[in-house]
Amino acid sequence: MNDGSAHRSGHGSGRGPGEGAVVDDEGAPGPGAVSERARVLSAEPVGAYARLVLAAPRSAATARPGQFAACSTGDSGMLLRRSFSISSADPATGELVLVVAAAGPGTARIAALREGDVLPVLAPLGRPFALPPAGEAVVLVGGGYGAAPLAWLGAALRARGSSVDLVVGAGDARRLLAQDTPAGTASAPVDRVHVATEDGSAGVRGRVTDVLTGLLAEPAGGSAASPTGSRHVLACGPMAMLRAVHEVAGAAGAATQLATEESMACGIGVCMTCVLPVVGDDGRTRMLRACTEGPVFDGDRLRWDAIGAPAPQRPPGTGARVPEDAVGAPAPLPPAGGDAVQPGSVPGSAPGARS
Amino acid sequence: MSAVVEMSVDLAGARLRSPVMTASGCAAAGRELDAFTDVAALGAVVTKSVMLAPRSGRPTPRMAETPSGMLNSIGLQGGGVDALVEHDLPWLVERGATAVVSVAGGDPEEFAEVARRVAGAPGVAALEVNISCPNVANRGLVFACDPGSSAAVLGAVRASVGDDVVLLAKLSPDVTDLVAVARACLDAGASGLTAINTLLGVDVDVRTMRPRLAVTTGGLSGPAIRPVAVRCVWQLRAAMLAGLLPEAPVVGAGGVASGADALQLVLAGASAVQVGTAVFADPTTPGRVAEELAAMLAERRFTSVADAVGYAHRP
Repeated sequence: MNDGSAHRSGHGSGRGPGEGAVVDDEGAPGPGAVSERARVLSAEPVGAYARLVLAAPRSAATARPGQFAACSTGDSGMLLRRSFSISSADPATGELVLVVAAAGPGTARIAALREGDVLPVLAPLGRPFALPPAGEAVVLVGGGYGAAPLAWLGAALRARGSSVDLVVGAGDARRLLAQDTPAGTASAPVDRVHVATEDGSAGVRGRVTDVLTGLLAEPAGGSAASPTGSRHVLACGPMAMLRAVHEVAGAAGAATQLATEESMACGIGVCMTCVLPVVGDDGRTRMLRACTEGPVFDGDRLRWDAIGAPAPQRPPGTGARVPEDAVGAPAPLPPAGGDAVQPGSVPGSAPGARS
Repeated sequence: MSAVVEMSVDLAGARLRSPVMTASGCAAAGRELDAFTDVAALGAVVTKSVMLAPRSGRPTPRMAETPSGMLNSIGLQGGGVDALVEHDLPWLVERGATAVVSVAGGDPEEFAEVARRVAGAPGVAALEVNISCPNVANRGLVFACDPGSSAAVLGAVRASVGDDVVLLAKLSPDVTDLVAVARACLDAGASGLTAINTLLGVDVDVRTMRPRLAVTTGGLSGPAIRPVAVRCVWQLRAAMLAGLLPEAPVVGAGGVASGADALQLVLAGASAVQVGTAVFADPTTPGRVAEELAAMLAERRFTSVADAVGYAHRP
């Protein structure tokens, strides 16, 4: 039940849930999502991150690029799972690969897992990337560990005859991922890899959008000299990067699919914490769950005017307000004056200027 | 051994096959959870509080993890009562599940109208009247903080649905005199009580030196509040035993993540229990809690869960 979206079939992004859909039309996790005690087959550092190969045959059986795994922190006193984009999955071997960034005490526990440890996972969760029409050129963009699923995604695209450019970027070389993805050979997952770091410690000095601008400037159709001409950009990374990618792509007439990274408690669509304002097929905005109706959204459908709370209230790029025209949005507030605040109210829990 | 324990319960006339339910707001309307726990085996799916119209909820961040718990400030996001009746309740019926529908409103009239639209729907065993949601824009609307406001809501709902519908009043622990609020609810027409809703809290991010929730305050839930829930259930049961409160079933909620947690609430006086935040950590929890509770009752030689209700109060 989600702001009336229950009335609609599909969630209104205008794209299907992709091949091998594991999400039903109500946004609930489909039969592919399972709870599984995965065994760590190997754990190794990759730059600033930890790469975990898990034995998780039931999850690996149906996982698609763009989907994620919600992982327990064990007996840590931290209740909630940590969600990571699935880096790859192999139904034949039952292996599920995650790349984990130790961003806090919970993720640090997962990043510190060793071979033989057990990690409870819920996976695969969320809607995968929808694969653009076979044969069309695609640019994949990853920021930091957001690049985790892109080689896997590239392989799926190349198998359909698409030309694939992979753009990876980070603040510095240590936080890059997938920069060594094999490229150009018949069996490689991508055609070309482009690297950008803000400090210039690897690839070009700059941001992924600097590279993307150049790639999209090439004429559609591409050639050996002008390689891309892509009209499809699929990206994964922090919200500020996704916004910039969407702006650059939009200016070049390219469509975007953006894998968002929202704070979430459950990962399966019951808690309603991970919502984003998204425009539906009917033109109306609803607060949709990133875990089940995303995490991959059509960039044109995200309400960028409402995403990223205004400074200085929060760190840049975090949070979303409820647009005034959203379905079920609060009625406009009476003029300021404090008369709406009743005795016993807690300062700060009164109607906020931003909602 | 556990097979010999009678696990069905009677909540003021509502017959449930198990004492273990989900908690409102922690299971949506059951559909998402069904992939991980058999919702038809639960005592009930308590659906997320529903209001008359679709509701967007509050801005994000809406969640902050805290030690053994979390704060949430969802703000009752949902599709409205008609969507629930047309769409979600039929699914629960088809699935063979029992529904307890949590109803909410901005005033007693809205509560009454929502309840009226839900009460006659198939598969609804009871209504839970959510007078205690802390995530409303105005603390003056937390009806459960005041006996008079609580009675106004329960009275309006009772008049709206008639005498035959089982009504549970969901109480807030953030009150000075819990028994007085409970008495007001029961006198106004509640059939039973659910204790407890979340506790109001604030978490400050020391890095940004700002509150972590977009709207500052949120409801605290999870194992961190379990002793508060046990205390509230204990207090209600003790008041009934002392003749200070009419006899009525109490549904315990707050921090239940295991059979032992559920048994604590039962022994303190709960006729049934709800599993809430633990579902976020592990959606298989409700089924596991029910199995563990049955086994623990058997080990203690109870032949029915009803016999264990309030057992910790024995002389």
